[in-house]
Amino acid sequence: MRLDIDVEKRLGSFSLRMETSLTGDRIGIFGDSGSGKSTLVHLIAGLLAPDRGELRIDGTTLFSSRDRINLTPEQRRIAIVFQQAMLFPHLGVKANLLYGYRRCRPEHRKIRPEAIIEVLNLQNLLQRGVNNLSGGEKQRVALGRAVLANPRLLVMDEPLSALDDSLRYQIIPYLKSVSEEFRIPYLFISHSITEMQLMADDVLVVAKGELAGVSTPDQIARTNMVGSPRGYLNLLRLGDPLLRDGLYHYPWGQGHLIVSDGNDHGESLFELSSRDIILFKNHPEAISARNLLECRVAELFESDGRNGVVLESGGKRLVAEIVRTAAEELGIAPGVIIFAAIKASAFRRLG
Amino acid sequence: MSLSPQDLTAIGLSMKIAVCATALSLPFGFATAWFMVFRNFRGKVLLEVLVNLPLTLPPVVIGYFLLLLFGRHGWAGAALRSAGIEFIFTWKAAVVASATVGFPLLVRSIRLGMESIDRQLIQASRSLGAAWYDTLATIVLPLSFRGMVAGSSLMFARSLGEFGATIIVAGNIPGLTQTIPLAIYDYASSPTGTSMALSLCAVSVTLSVAILLLHEVIGKKLENGRSA
Repeated sequence: MRLDIDVEKRLGSFSLRMETSLTGDRIGIFGDSGSGKSTLVHLIAGLLAPDRGELRIDGTTLFSSRDRINLTPEQRRIAIVFQQAMLFPHLGVKANLLYGYRRCRPEHRKIRPEAIIEVLNLQNLLQRGVNNLSGGEKQRVALGRAVLANPRLLVMDEPLSALDDSLRYQIIPYLKSVSEEFRIPYLFISHSITEMQLMADDVLVVAKGELAGVSTPDQIARTNMVGSPRGYLNLLRLGDPLLRDGLYHYPWGQGHLIVSDGNDHGESLFELSSRDIILFKNHPEAISARNLLECRVAELFESDGRNGVVLESGGKRLVAEIVRTAAEELGIAPGVIIFAAIKASAFRRLG
Repeated sequence: MSLSPQDLTAIGLSMKIAVCATALSLPFGFATAWFMVFRNFRGKVLLEVLVNLPLTLPPVVIGYFLLLLFGRHGWAGAALRSAGIEFIFTWKAAVVASATVGFPLLVRSIRLGMESIDRQLIQASRSLGAAWYDTLATIVLPLSFRGMVAGSSLMFARSLGEFGATIIVAGNIPGLTQTIPLAIYDYASSPTGTSMALSLCAVSVTLSVAILLLHEVIGKKLENGRSA
């Protein structure tokens, strides 16, 4: 998908001005609350009209102040998943799911209801009223409803922010499988770096109503390494562990990782802070940390006076965070072999 | 308590006028409320004042304005007469008088209902491919239902009690335009009418209480239905 944005909009004392072109199917929009993310989304979806400018998607003009074009939201075919599920309270789950599908022209109906019900595991919810659903269930129905409208672009406006941590990471696999299965290009709006890492390939960084840059989730995580309360978060998707002495041994690269908070069945997503990795110049004889990995330094980057060390071990990468003096003492430079120690309890299971 | 055949006619007429006035006003009330809640336009304040004016204006004044409008020299009266419709001093004029006086109550209730609809529901509907009129019919209308029921019952009750505007445009003709309040007025001004007046008063109180009870019950029911 290609999206051309060149818009201006004033709303009271807030003003938004943005000009960019994006190509990609998994685009993130990242910024603090009040930065203009949602306003941008409203402009793209046609829920607000820009004061001036042009909006084009794959060559179709959605808005042009010069040519006096302003397609209505229903003509744009851009479905939104909101922070709150926003299910229609007077309709049941099934009627909610089919709301957009019924209004979709037959030639656009590529995704069938049966397929989405299967992927989102909605079978048991179909006959329920929407007010009896849990937060996570509601959001799944909202996602299904938006996808079934067979939109040309799916906009997810902080779809996980209203959910608590455990639910959030239960929903992410659904978001991913929907996007992989049905290949709908999407914009994913969030202020969470972790969500960006999981959901986006390219990221528009928005601040104070302006475009602060086009970046990648990894780059954003690196830039925010020092400022974030828990540093750079390495995300690892691990599966099929062996349980030995109460610890989970997950295959990882050519070796394995030992994790205390594992899960017996299926894949799990783990988070590892860059600050929980200790680096050694030589192989320590004995340490309490259960993981000791021999790594090659792939890259060294600077972030706010600290050093991020990109470690490569068995074909996989991890980012560790150290202060500059430590980097000097250890003689860390790209290509150097060092040892990384990680406690089994440092891996936080997300879902 | 005894009711004369004339009283029964008045009760029937009152009901007929109240039902017609409410039914006639409902679509207009819905449209006005929708305009005021969902549309931005210049002169919104003016419309607001105009809609609410009958609430503060003496009904007699409204009746007089209606008389000027629909009377022999009014343009609406002339148009109706050329269409062969006799209007002033008929029950139809009482319907219009009741509708005018009760309209603000209706609009207020529907508006409250509409204002409680989350805007994002409407945005969701539009982004799912519904045109504005489709959203209006499938989202706004059903979600304003409670406000419409509440407004209708209030308006119906107000119409049953309409006096000032009605007596000016419809007169007080027994059997033709005499409603409950007008009949009570007649009894009250005759020295022997006390018990007759009290009987009609009792009917009036009963009807009002019944409507308010119904209003509460339906409101509760709809609320429970929503949250269940």
